[in-house]
Parts: sequence; structure tokens; C-alpha cells
Amino acid sequence: MNKLLEVEGLKTEFKRAGGNVMAVAGLDFHINSGEVLGLVGESGCGKSVTSLSIMRLLKGTPGQNAGGHVKFEGKDLLRLSENEMRKVRGKELAMIFQEPMTSLNPVLRIGKQIEEPIRLHLGFNKAKAREHAVHMLQLVGIPRASEVMNDYPHQLSGGMRQRVMIAMAMSCHPKLLIADEPTTALDVTIQAQILDLMKRLKEERSMGMLLITHDLGVVAEMCDRVVVMYAGRVVEEAPVKELFANPQHPYTQGLIRSVPKLRQKVKRLESIPGNVPDLSHMPQGCKFAPRCAHVMPECMTTEPELLAVGGEGRKSRCWLTQQSEQKGGSAV
Amino acid sequence: MSQQSTAAANSSQGSGQQPAAPAKRKSATAEFLRKFSKQKVSLVAGIFIILLVLVAIFGPYITPYDPSAPDYDALLAGPSAKHWAGTDEYGRDILSRLIEGTRLSLAVSLSAVLIAAFFGTILGLLSGYYGKWLDRLIMRGSDVMFSFPDILLAIGIVAILGPGLTNVVIAVAVFGIPSFARMIRSVTLSAKETLFVEAARSMGAKDRRIIWRHIFPETLPSVIVNVTMKIGGAILAASSLSFLGMGAKPTEPDWGAMLSMGRDYLSIAPHVVYFPGLIIFLTVLAFNLVGDGLQDALDPKMKN
Repeated sequence: MNKLLEVEGLKTEFKRAGGNVMAVAGLDFHINSGEVLGLVGESGCGKSVTSLSIMRLLKGTPGQNAGGHVKFEGKDLLRLSENEMRKVRGKELAMIFQEPMTSLNPVLRIGKQIEEPIRLHLGFNKAKAREHAVHMLQLVGIPRASEVMNDYPHQLSGGMRQRVMIAMAMSCHPKLLIADEPTTALDVTIQAQILDLMKRLKEERSMGMLLITHDLGVVAEMCDRVVVMYAGRVVEEAPVKELFANPQHPYTQGLIRSVPKLRQKVKRLESIPGNVPDLSHMPQGCKFAPRCAHVMPECMTTEPELLAVGGEGRKSRCWLTQQSEQKGGSAV
Repeated sequence: MSQQSTAAANSSQGSGQQPAAPAKRKSATAEFLRKFSKQKVSLVAGIFIILLVLVAIFGPYITPYDPSAPDYDALLAGPSAKHWAGTDEYGRDILSRLIEGTRLSLAVSLSAVLIAAFFGTILGLLSGYYGKWLDRLIMRGSDVMFSFPDILLAIGIVAILGPGLTNVVIAVAVFGIPSFARMIRSVTLSAKETLFVEAARSMGAKDRRIIWRHIFPETLPSVIVNVTMKIGGAILAASSLSFLGMGAKPTEPDWGAMLSMGRDYLSIAPHVVYFPGLIIFLTVLAFNLVGDGLQDALDPKMKN
């Protein structure tokens, strides 16, 4: 399978009065074409910053790229000029956001907003762009599509607005869709509908997808492979089934344990003790060490590398798994 | 608000004559009118302004006398049945001159404020959107302008350009620009952080398009309110300049010029300044009250 997107050593730092902080500290992962990669982690671990860095939408925030490569079909997006990048956004890479309530302009009609990227990237005239926009709305399952074109966002429900956002993102046939927590703001039944829709569209168009979420249920439902992030780093990478069946990194294990299971009575849900470390006061060694149940002396001093462990396509950033790998035993 | 309830609100307003069916498009306007008309003082002020505008348009047809025709039998005559507002030192009918002057005063102030709004909004949008050195340049520039008292700056500009109403318009416009720029900048700063701007950028929209399509509409309510608020000040400023002999020529029936001419006769014929002063006062007050009303009516955070 050829690699659609390759992120190598991506670093994003935020300017702050007391010195810069690294929100994304050397990220490596790739997405194959036609594949859904889940990017999982707690709030504040740098998931959204990663997506903004890939799209180069950090302008106007204190954030800036501090190194690394983002190769999309071989070309490095971080080296493109602003003009070249603008032609890629929406056309090759599209993005949908967490908040469908606020990601549409309240004072513009739905039609105008969908037509905008279509006319920009596909160079359609007004009539053709409108036709295409109606078609896209039908594709994402909006009833009365041509009427909705004349509606304002406030006339639609949250689920409908997210469908509109998806229609907009898909309108120029992007090769990669970045979905930043697309269902977090929706209620559960609508969530399932939107996920089904995204899955169907992905299959119909053999598009790659980067699905950013903290919901492991969504991951299990949607993804082919998963990258687990912690404190701006990848701590584990694995095919989705193996990740759930046999998580390697203690952080991933903690995440999976803290999801309630059906048909199992528990008094309290398990949780990972402690909080994500403050970006400006990172622990010296493994960033997870202060919260880890299996912490060892070397964890406090040196940060482990992200190395292949136990099985095809699996990587983990943990001394323990790497040691047990060497001994040939099973991890943890 | 759903369609039906907007339609219901529409008809319950007593405007039952008009069919409320296509309420979809009208709902925003109807909502605005409903909110605005709830503020009685602003409503009265608004009606006063509409009357003024009508007077400005139809002025030449409704003046009881020719505004520049002298009546040497009635010099500085007080208000009477013949001359409702009295006559000035050449026996010209003051009411006729006030009516004729409405057009002049409104035209001067409105054009000055619209010019200021145009340039101020552009500068504010650029400053807020691009930030960095452009923002610093524009904002420090307006700080310099702010440091002068408005009227002093206008006097300076007129002194350079020479007296005359066109130059008054320019002067009043120039000192109006910074306040527009600063206000629009602050709205732009918050508007550019919104998710829909980010979404538009993620679709590959150009800066120009984002500013025009997504940010400018957000600033419109502020522009409208500020325009109304500034017109009062502009009338005052234009009148002051005319009063100081830097604006309208004495032959022109400008309110400020009339005030200026009349001050020599203040002790013997106070009505000569009384009526121009009153009309300036009422007009400025009306515009400010309407501005207040608009501010409340256009603010989406204010419910009812």
C-alpha cells in the first residue's frame, strides 16, 4: 500500500512569555490511501494541534511549526508557499471540525457556503456549482437538499449541520479527510449516523482519513490503525484489533481499562491517576512515568524511543515493553 | 425562532395588512424592527430623523420664502405669524433658511461620516486580520490622530486645504477614520477567531474572501451603529467649523454659519441664534438616541 500522508518528526511549539512550549514534540506516523487512522489521546495531548499543523492553519495562533516534515503524496506540505498550500486545502486535504454549531457562518446561506470551495477549486460556474452542491447534500443524506441550500445554519439541527460540513469537505473529492472529533458535539444516535455516513463515503471514494478522537468506541468502529498520543508524542501505534486485544503501552492499557464494559458490574470506573503533565514542566524521562503503575528507575531519566514491538505494524514507546520484547516474553 | 412564531409576531404587531407568509427572509428584519420599536425614545428620535430627511429632500418646495431673499422691512424681526422663526440681519426668513440648511447639514455630515466609515472599516479589517506590523502601523497612526482634540485637527486640515464645505467634509471625515478603524479592528479580532473562519480557511479560501465574506458581515452592526452615533458629532463639527468661518460661506444657509452670523446680534435679537442652535441640538440628540436604540436592537445578546 502506498503512503498517502507521512508525518515525520513533526514539531509544533507555542510561543509563551516564559519561553516556548512544545505542544507536538516529534510526531511520526503515516496514513495509507483508503485507510482510516485513529489519533487517540486525552484532552490537551496535542491531537488538534497536530491536525492544524498538517493543514497549516496555525497562522493567527501563537503556534508555529518547529521542524519535521508532512509529506502528502511525496510533497512536503510544510515547504509549500502559502498560495500553493491554499490550493491543497479543501481540494486534496479537507477537514471537518468538532463543533458543527459554530463552523458554519451564521449569516450566509448553506448553499453559498458549499458553493464556495466548489467554485474555488473545481472552477465551476454558478449554475454548475449549485448543482454539484445539491448533489453533495443529497450524498450526505440531507432530505430536501435543494431547499436546504436556501436555509441559514440556525435553521438546521446539529446533526444536519455536521452533514453539511461533511458535504462541504467532500465536495472537491479530497484524498484525505481530517476529522477532528467530528461526533463529540452530537448526541449518540446522531453520532452513529454520522459515523456510518463517513464510513460509507470513505469506502465509496477510497479516501484516506485521519480521525481524531478521544472516544475509543468510535475508534473501534471506524479505524484500521490507531496511533495513541500522549503529551505531544506517539506512545503506541497498532492495528485496531490488536490494540484492543493486546495493548502494549501502559497508557493505552489504562485508556482501555477506563472504558466501561457491557455485562460487567463495577462499582467504580478505573481511571489513570494524575493529570497530563504541564507542557512547560515536562518530566525528564518518559512523559508518562509519573502516572505509570509499572514505572522503573530508567523511566525517570531517559525517554524511550518509539520502537517496533510484538507483531506486524506495532510500535511502542516504553522501556518495559521493549525489555520484555528482548527477553522474548509477553509484555507487562 | 421558528417560521410560524415569527409570522405570528409579525401579525400581532398590528401590521396585519402585509401577508406574513414569506417570513423566512423577513424574520431578521422583522425581529430588528420589533426590538427597535420597543425603545420609545429612539423610535421618536428615528421619526424626527425621517422628517429631517424628508425636509432635506423636499426643502426647496416647502420653504415659505426664498431663503436668500432679503426683506428690508423686517430686519431682525422676532418670531411672528409672518415669519415663524423671525428674520436675520438682512431680513431673510430664518425658517426658510433652516429648511434649506437641512439639506446642507445632512449632506455634509452624512458624506463625511460615510467616507470615514469606508476608510475606517477597511483599515480596521486589515489591521485586525493581518496584525503584526500593519496593525501596529495603523493603530499607532490612529493613536496620533486621537491625541489631537477632534476640532483642532479639523481646523488644522481646513487651514491647510482652505475654507469651504468640501474641505469641511474632508476634515470631518479624516478625524472620524481612527475611531472606526479601532472599533472595526476589535470586532475583526474576535471574528477571525471563530470556527467558521477557520473552516473557511481549511477549505482553501483566500484572505480577501475571508475578510469580505466572513468577517465584514460580522462588523456591519458596529459600523451601522457607529455611523449613526458619529453623524451627530459630524453635524456639530461641521457647524463648529462654519461657525468659526472655515466652512460654509455666509451666503449659504448652513446651520453653523447662521449661528455664527447671529452671534453679533445676540443681545438685540436672540431668536437669530436660538432657532439654529435648537435645530442643531435636536438633530444631534436624535442621531445619538437612534444610535443607542440601534445598538440595543442589533446586539444579539440583548433579548427583548
